[in-house]
Amino acid sequence: MNFKNPKTLIPQIITVASLVSIIAYFAFNAQVNMGNRGISFGYGFLSQEASFDIGFSLIDYDGSHSYARAFLVGLLNTILVSAIGIFFATLIGVTVGIGRLSSNYLIAKAAEIYVEIFRNIPLLLQIFFWYFAALRALPLPVDSINFYDISFLNVKGWYVPKFIWTNFSLFFSSLIVAIISIIFVLKYAKKKRDEFGKQVPALYISLAILFGLPFLTFLIGGVTLFFQIPELAQLSKTIYVYKGGVSIIPELISLALALSMYTATFIAENVRAGILGVNKGQKEAAASIGLTKGQILKLVVMPQALRIIIPPTTNQYLNLTKNSSLAAAIAYPDLVLVFAGTALMQTGRAIEIISITMFTYLALSLSISLFMNWYNKKMAIKEK
Amino acid sequence: MIKSIKTWILVVLASSLLVACGQGGGGSGSKKSKTLDNTKKAGYVKCGVSQGLPGFSNADASGNWTGVDVDVCRAVAAAVLGDADKVKYTPLSAKERFTALTSGEIDVLSRNTTWTLSRDADIGLTFVGVNFYDGQGFMVRKNSGINSVNDFKNGISACTNTGTTTELNMRDFFNSKNIKYEPIAFEKADEVVQAYDAGRCDTYTTDKSGLAAQRTKLSAPDDHKVLPETISKEPLGPVVRQGDAVWEDIVRWSLNVMIEAEEYGITSSNASSLKDSDNPQIKRLVGSEGELGAAFGLDNEWSLRIIEQVGNYGESYKKHIADTGILPIRGPNALWNDPNLKGGLLYVPPAR
Repeated sequence: MNFKNPKTLIPQIITVASLVSIIAYFAFNAQVNMGNRGISFGYGFLSQEASFDIGFSLIDYDGSHSYARAFLVGLLNTILVSAIGIFFATLIGVTVGIGRLSSNYLIAKAAEIYVEIFRNIPLLLQIFFWYFAALRALPLPVDSINFYDISFLNVKGWYVPKFIWTNFSLFFSSLIVAIISIIFVLKYAKKKRDEFGKQVPALYISLAILFGLPFLTFLIGGVTLFFQIPELAQLSKTIYVYKGGVSIIPELISLALALSMYTATFIAENVRAGILGVNKGQKEAAASIGLTKGQILKLVVMPQALRIIIPPTTNQYLNLTKNSSLAAAIAYPDLVLVFAGTALMQTGRAIEIISITMFTYLALSLSISLFMNWYNKKMAIKEK
Repeated sequence: MIKSIKTWILVVLASSLLVACGQGGGGSGSKKSKTLDNTKKAGYVKCGVSQGLPGFSNADASGNWTGVDVDVCRAVAAAVLGDADKVKYTPLSAKERFTALTSGEIDVLSRNTTWTLSRDADIGLTFVGVNFYDGQGFMVRKNSGINSVNDFKNGISACTNTGTTTELNMRDFFNSKNIKYEPIAFEKADEVVQAYDAGRCDTYTTDKSGLAAQRTKLSAPDDHKVLPETISKEPLGPVVRQGDAVWEDIVRWSLNVMIEAEEYGITSSNASSLKDSDNPQIKRLVGSEGELGAAFGLDNEWSLRIIEQVGNYGESYKKHIADTGILPIRGPNALWNDPNLKGGLLYVPPAR
C-alpha cells in the first residue's frame, strides 16, 4: 500500500469513513428505537443469578451461579464437542481419503460411497438421525449394554467409571514436566541425527519419560487413584438410573458423531486432492531408492501433500466449530442453547447476548485459524 | 482513477443520507395510534402465534389457524378491520417471540405466554390480560409407579423446552424438594415429545395445558398421565409493544368483551337479536347504547362484530379446548360467578 500517493490514500480514508458511519447509523438507530420502546441496554445482567440449571457441565455450576458462569459452561461445552469432532473428523477423514486412493477396489469403493452419502445430506438431518436413531436403538437403564461390568451404555447416556484422585495437581504437573522433557529429547535427537547421522532411540526414551515420571508420583508422591464404578439405582417401579460414574450424555455422543462423520467427508476429499497433487515422479523416485509403500507415504508423499491439505482443512475445522451450534436442536447445552437461548429468553437482552455470542465464535474461529496458520508455516517448504 | 473516486464519493453521500433518514422509527406517546393506523393501512392484523399447540394456536393441513390464542387476534381484526379473517399469522418459537414483537414484525403476540414481572417491566412489553390460567405440571409413564411429585427421587431426568418459564419453575421446584435432577431442554416442543417418548427422560414438564395437548402426539398417549400437582402459576395472555396506549387498550378490551359477553349470555348466534334487550350492559356490548368504541377511534359496533364473528370466551373454549378433548374441565378458566363451575378466575372489568 502506498500511503504517500493521495490517489490511493483518499479512497482508503473514504472507505473507513463510510464504514464507520454505517456502523454508527445502525448503533444510533438501535439506540433510538430501544429508547422509544423502553428497552434498557447494558451488560450488568451478566453478574445476576442465572436461576436455570444446565444438564451437562464441565465446571461446577447450578442455577445460583451468574449468567457469566452459564456463558462459560456453554462455551466449554462448545469447545468440548468441537475438539472431539475435529479429532475424529481428522482421523476418519485421513483414513477415508487414503482409502479412496487404495488399489484395493473394495476399500476404494467403500470410501467413495461413504463420502458421497455423508457429504450430500444436510447436517441438521444427520444430527437428528443419529440422535433419535440412537435413542430408539439404545436400551433402557435396566437392560443396559454392559462392558465388563465397569461401563454401561443405555438411552440416558454412556456411563464410565469416575476417577477419584488424591494429589491430582502433583500428578498433573509431572505430566506437564514429562511432555516438556520429551520435546527437548526430540529436539536433541534431531540435532544428533542432522549433525552426526546418529540415530537416538527417541521414541523409547520419550515413552519411558511419559509413563515413568507420572508413575513415580504414585510411588513416592502420595498420589492415589480409585475408580468409582457406576451403579444402577432404582428411583421408582420402572425408573432406573446409573449413579456414581461419569455420564457421557447421548446428546454429546450423537452431536460429535454427526459432526465428525459429516466433516470427515470434506477432509477426506482434501487429503485425496493433496496426495494426488504430489508429483508422480516423487513417488517413482522414492520407489527407485527402495523405500516401502508405507515409507513412501510417510516420508515423501505426506510431507508434500500436507501443504495442499492444511489450508482447506482449516476451513473444515472452522465449519465444524460453527456447525456445532446446531446442538440446540437436540438439547446439547452448547453456547447457543444455553446463552443465546435460555439466557437470552430469561433476560430479554437480545442485542447484548447476540453480540457477545458472535464475538465469542469469532474469537474461537480466529484462534483455530491462527493455530492452523502456524502449523501451515511450519509445514511449508523451507529453502535451505 | 478519477472514476473510482467518484464512486467512493457516491458511497459516502449514500451512507450519510442513510444516517439522516434513520433518526425516526418507533412509536411515540402521542394520542393517535400508529399501530392502529398501520393496521388499517395494511388491511390485516399482524399476529404472532406458536409453532403448533393444539387448542391454543395450531394450523390445520390447509394452513387455517385455530385456537383460543388465535381467537384473540381474530377478535382484534373483527374490531379494527370488520373481518375476523383479516389476520396474518407468524409462527414463532419461544425464543423469537419477544424480539418479533418489539421489532414490529408483529403487533399482537398471542402465543401462550406467561405474564411475569420481568417480562412486563423490563423488555419493552405490556401484557393486556389473561386468556388462560395455567400452571406447570409433570407427565410420567403410567407404569412408572409415580403417582405424585413426592415420588420423585435424586437422579430423575426431566425434559422441557428452553426459553420458557418452565425451566425456572422446574429448578425452583426440585430445589425446594432438595432433589438432584438432570434437565434436558430442547428448542422445539416436537423434539421434547420425541425424546420423552424414546425414554431419554423420565418426566416431561411444561404448562398443564401443553402437556395435555402434547400427550396426543405420543406414540401411545394412554400409557402416560399428568400428575395432579401444579407447581407454578402460569397466567397466559396476549402481549403488545410498550408505548402505544390506544393499541394496548384495543387488544385488552377485545379480550375483555369476549369474556364479558359470556358473563351476560351473549353468543355469536343471539348477539344481533339482543340489540333491544332490557339490560343496558348487554346493549352496550352489542353496540346499541353508549359510545364505547369512540374511545379507541373505532365505530360503535366493534364489540358486536367480535361476538358475532369470533364468539364469546365460553364458545371459543368449548370449540378449541373442551371439544377437542384437551382439557374438558374448565377449572380456573370458568367465570368467577358461574353457578355450575366453582373456582373460576375469569373476572374482567366492566365494559362501560
